[in-house]
Amino acid sequence: MAVRDVNGLKQWQRRERGKQFAIWAAWLAGVAVFTYCWQLISEKTIWMFVLDSPRQAADLAERMVPPKWSYMSSLWVPLWDTLNIATLGTLMAIIIAVPVAFCAARNTTPSVYFVRPVALFVIVASRSINSLIWALMLVTIIGPGVFAGVIAIGLRSIGFCAKLLYEAIEEIDPNQVEAVTATGASGAQVLSYGIVPQVLPAFAGITVFRWDINIRESTVLGLVGAGGIGLQLDASISTLAWTQVSLILLAILATVVVSEWVSARVRHAII
Amino acid sequence: MLRLHGLVKRYRTGDLALKNIDLEVPQGQVMALIGPSGAGKSTLIRCINRLVEPTDGKVYLKDLELTALSKRALRHARRRMGMIFQEYALVERLSVMENVLSGRLGYTGFWRSFFRRYPQADIDEAFRLLERVGLVDMVDKRADELSGGQRQRVGIARALIQNPEVLLVDEPTASLDPKTSRQIMRLICELCEERNLAAIINIHDVLLAEMFARRIVGLQLGEIVYDGPPGGLTPDALTQIYGEEDWEATIEKVDEEDLTDEERAERVRLMGGH
Repeated sequence: MAVRDVNGLKQWQRRERGKQFAIWAAWLAGVAVFTYCWQLISEKTIWMFVLDSPRQAADLAERMVPPKWSYMSSLWVPLWDTLNIATLGTLMAIIIAVPVAFCAARNTTPSVYFVRPVALFVIVASRSINSLIWALMLVTIIGPGVFAGVIAIGLRSIGFCAKLLYEAIEEIDPNQVEAVTATGASGAQVLSYGIVPQVLPAFAGITVFRWDINIRESTVLGLVGAGGIGLQLDASISTLAWTQVSLILLAILATVVVSEWVSARVRHAII
Repeated sequence: MLRLHGLVKRYRTGDLALKNIDLEVPQGQVMALIGPSGAGKSTLIRCINRLVEPTDGKVYLKDLELTALSKRALRHARRRMGMIFQEYALVERLSVMENVLSGRLGYTGFWRSFFRRYPQADIDEAFRLLERVGLVDMVDKRADELSGGQRQRVGIARALIQNPEVLLVDEPTASLDPKTSRQIMRLICELCEERNLAAIINIHDVLLAEMFARRIVGLQLGEIVYDGPPGGLTPDALTQIYGEEDWEATIEKVDEEDLTDEERAERVRLMGGH
């Protein structure tokens, strides 16, 4: 540590001098890069438009109110579709993610050198592609509609769920597993008595959390034709029907709030 | 009942945890295994039911060579060896009853155990055992709602419902207060006597070991350096096991200190046995 001997007295500082200097230099570099970037962005911005933006925003907001409440009657079905896309997509993801997670977790994988890398690849592949892009591809493959949305949400969620679940599996208490093994239980019994009870709360939490995210994600899938309320949103924006847009945004907001509430309740009940 | 021949365990890191252990535990004998941390006590009992695979040597349960068994045969053999753990190792989120019944997993098919449809005989036995360890009111409690001493009682019931011939006990009192420690040790010893079980009890508390075991084995750096009755644990013997220290106080304490009459009587009886 940074202890120096000065005239027989031991002086203590938090860091060595060299390290302190390095940290200071890093801060300096950070500030310099920030300033440079600021300048670059500033040059490429048309400031006239930016200065104008409060007025534009106020103008748009004015055109959005009052929301066209009567339009709600044609939103119930797409809203229901959106919920279904999220729910079925999450269900599909969970069914695939559970075995993938058990293959990916170091302490449960059948083979660290062969099966585990495959499972990890599945996770990374699923996570690296946004659901909107999955939807874009799936609409071309299986045509537009709710089904493409379900698959898109499902494929995107596999990685998320499997990753969080396999991390939970790796963090279990090995003593409980050892104790169940010591009774002479078979492999499947060790899984169901020693491991599953330990990861069940995490599993429930992850599922509800992902369902919650998926409701938000599925509201935009309609933009690329994969069903749900996004379809109406896209149509309303292109026809400049701003009072309809505001109603759709309110409907999405209400749905998300309700889903947040439901997921919080479910998580609370299980954990 | 239990025989260890030339048992060696070398961990993958190269540490030699057990060096050529020879040990025999006859039926009905409660043996305490003492020694400093890292002496190989846990490794030794885990090598018996092969939760840790021994590197070399043989372990016999009666005439069955445990070290030669296939995976399946080992599972069957494990049913005959009950194990009790340091931190109880109960499945925290399952109920007391489920934890006790999990001791029957080796006798129960997967789907039966999955749907918790255990044979009535097992359930009767579980109730009997819970009554015996004084937890019959806790049947439906979740394991993580219990106190340390209660959890260890569930652990004991789980081990006994296997109907074992041997008990392997790993530091049963390490996370308990002194009074509960004695109660738990007394319970384990009583149950061993009732059922004529052989037991190996890892324990780092010399006083407790002396108080409850008829035979004490001292392990040091993977070797047996003492094997004899509690009375033979002289300061020299303790120095050999644990290293240099003033041991007079430890030995005095067992003789004088706050033993209850019952415990003193028990101790006299145990010592008298030799």
